[in-house]
Amino acid sequence: MKTAPAIELVDVTKIYRRYGGKQYATLKSALLQRSILREMNPKDTFQALKNVSFNVPAGSTFAVVGRNGSGKSTALKLVAGITKPTSGTVSVTGRISALIELGAGFHPEISGRENVFINGIMLGLSKREVAERFDEIVEFAELKDFIDAPVKTYSSGMYMRLGFAVAIHVDPDVLLVDEVLAVGDEGFTHKCLDKFSEFKRRGKTILLVTHSLGLVERFCDEAIWLDHGEKLAEGDPKRVIGAYLMDVESAEEGYLAQEDAKAKEEVAEDKGSVPEVQGQTPSEPQNMFQANEGRWGSGGVTITGVTLRDQTGEAGHVFHSGEPMSIELAVKADKPCDDFVFGIAMFNTDGTCVYGTNTDIEGYAAESLISEATVNFGIEALDLVEGTYKLDVAVHRKDGAPYDYHRLLYTFRVKSRTKDAGIYRPRHHWSFSESARLKRTTEN
Amino acid sequence: MWQNLARLLRYRGLIQSLVSRELKARYRGSVLGFFWSFVNPLLLIGIYSFVFATIMKTDEKETKPFAVFMFCGILPWTWFSASLLEGSASLIAGGNLIKKVLFPAEVLPIVAVFSNMIHFLLGLPILAGFMIYNSHMPVGANLAWFPVIVLVQLVFTLGCVLVLSALTVHFRDLRDLLANLLTLWFFATPIIYPYFREGVKEYSAIFKPNPFFHLVVSYQESLFFQGPLGHWPSLLLLGGLSILFFLAAYWLFDRLRDSFAEVV
Repeated sequence: MKTAPAIELVDVTKIYRRYGGKQYATLKSALLQRSILREMNPKDTFQALKNVSFNVPAGSTFAVVGRNGSGKSTALKLVAGITKPTSGTVSVTGRISALIELGAGFHPEISGRENVFINGIMLGLSKREVAERFDEIVEFAELKDFIDAPVKTYSSGMYMRLGFAVAIHVDPDVLLVDEVLAVGDEGFTHKCLDKFSEFKRRGKTILLVTHSLGLVERFCDEAIWLDHGEKLAEGDPKRVIGAYLMDVESAEEGYLAQEDAKAKEEVAEDKGSVPEVQGQTPSEPQNMFQANEGRWGSGGVTITGVTLRDQTGEAGHVFHSGEPMSIELAVKADKPCDDFVFGIAMFNTDGTCVYGTNTDIEGYAAESLISEATVNFGIEALDLVEGTYKLDVAVHRKDGAPYDYHRLLYTFRVKSRTKDAGIYRPRHHWSFSESARLKRTTEN
Repeated sequence: MWQNLARLLRYRGLIQSLVSRELKARYRGSVLGFFWSFVNPLLLIGIYSFVFATIMKTDEKETKPFAVFMFCGILPWTWFSASLLEGSASLIAGGNLIKKVLFPAEVLPIVAVFSNMIHFLLGLPILAGFMIYNSHMPVGANLAWFPVIVLVQLVFTLGCVLVLSALTVHFRDLRDLLANLLTLWFFATPIIYPYFREGVKEYSAIFKPNPFFHLVVSYQESLFFQGPLGHWPSLLLLGGLSILFFLAAYWLFDRLRDSFAEVV
């Protein structure tokens, strides 16, 4: 079905000036330079959108996703006409209402009733139109008892609800929504969603900017993904979101790798001052944030590298729940040694030990370790719920005296499509008798 | 630009409700409420007449009763200066609106002018009361000029406020500069002294280019002095120039319009 676009962006670029550096030194110099605005030196500008084009067909629900600072809100403001593109064209057919900031322009001192009128008029309604819709607005906002109280006495939820109610009753042809569904309680959110559905049914166009990807998948006909002002993907929401999530993952990967490197560096820096053997294995910390990361031990046998690998053997920091993972230790003995135990422990962010073991507990008796070796700890299925985890790795004597103990130096992240709770996800399946019928809505 | 001016007409409903909101909100929560609109100019007049008429004994025959004379100038001046101060800051104060809601930004400074005009109009009954109390009534023919003078001042003030608000967005120093400038302007205009007094007359070269001089003198001739309103040619000239000035100011505002949402 090809319909005329309700919103059309053609090759739109938006450049913002960077302020904060020196602006015009004086009013005089600005006036002398003839043009107060148009002079833009690439050094002091910021490209919020780079040659972005997209069409939103009339009657469709269209989502813009992307990380913070990717240009989503700029795109929305351009469509709303609040700012003008630096180059390219933006065209919109029909009356627009923008839910960019709810209740913008409410005056705290005057009553909700008067604010509804002023806000409505500001959004393009006539006084009569507001009067006609007034009851509906108040009912939608659930503020019947408070509508004559000054807005400054409202809670932030009430404020938002009233703002939302006014904006949505402007009855636009094109509705722009910027991350405003997080207002009010569950009930109100549902009401908003119902209202959106109603809009959709009536063939109105909705442009949605959101981080709530589930909403996009459920709700939208099409999506684009913006990153650093560029359009990276466009089309079916599932596909776009998939691509976006992959990218987020790889960014997290990079971040964790950096963190690891930083932690190791810090430890390496104070290695000299770290006291030698501490005698006994450190007791379990109660909280990971109290437990200091660090490295200690007598030396002799050292762990020279720790690598986390996924099922394909690729090193990384982000893993999917339920998939295989392995921890690889590179160890080095200064001289041949026959008293050694390798140990590993994982902690979640609460500092709870998720699992800990060592070769001694599991019945491996040390025979000999000569110069360099690799120790591999293979996990067949990483059955952890989503979250960030940290690793202890160690090599110590059978009596517990450490050669080299790495405390919480390695971080990895487990990702999961299921938002289950806890730490450990046992392998499980649900089954129901005949009389309980459930339908699967997600594939996993 | 013409299109935008026409669009502005469509937004008069908004201007109207914003002005009334402004007035309601200003005195909400104060005990005397709207009454302050009357009390403020009264207090001001009280102070000035005490200083000038009682302490400095400057009242000559022509300007008797001095309080009424001063009132004729201070009332419009208060409208003018308050409009400028509020109007120039209005875009910054309403920054949230400009950034988040699509509506013509000029509405904000214009609202500042009109809400202060209401205060001005509310001050008129007090002036009338003063006149009756002092049995100093204006001449009917002169009084007919009064609406014209108000109109000229309105157009002139709108022009000033449009320029100032647009520039203040970019150069915030203007706000502070303006406050000082207005004080200077106030004393440089024959509001609390008659322009024809000995020792003041020589400065007419300074008065002539001062637009507010012509307004004040017109007000005084219309409301206070008994003679005919001899200042009308200057007033009409100022009216014509004010219209041109307003258009130029609107043009400037229109050119800078796109920058507001980004800079505010």
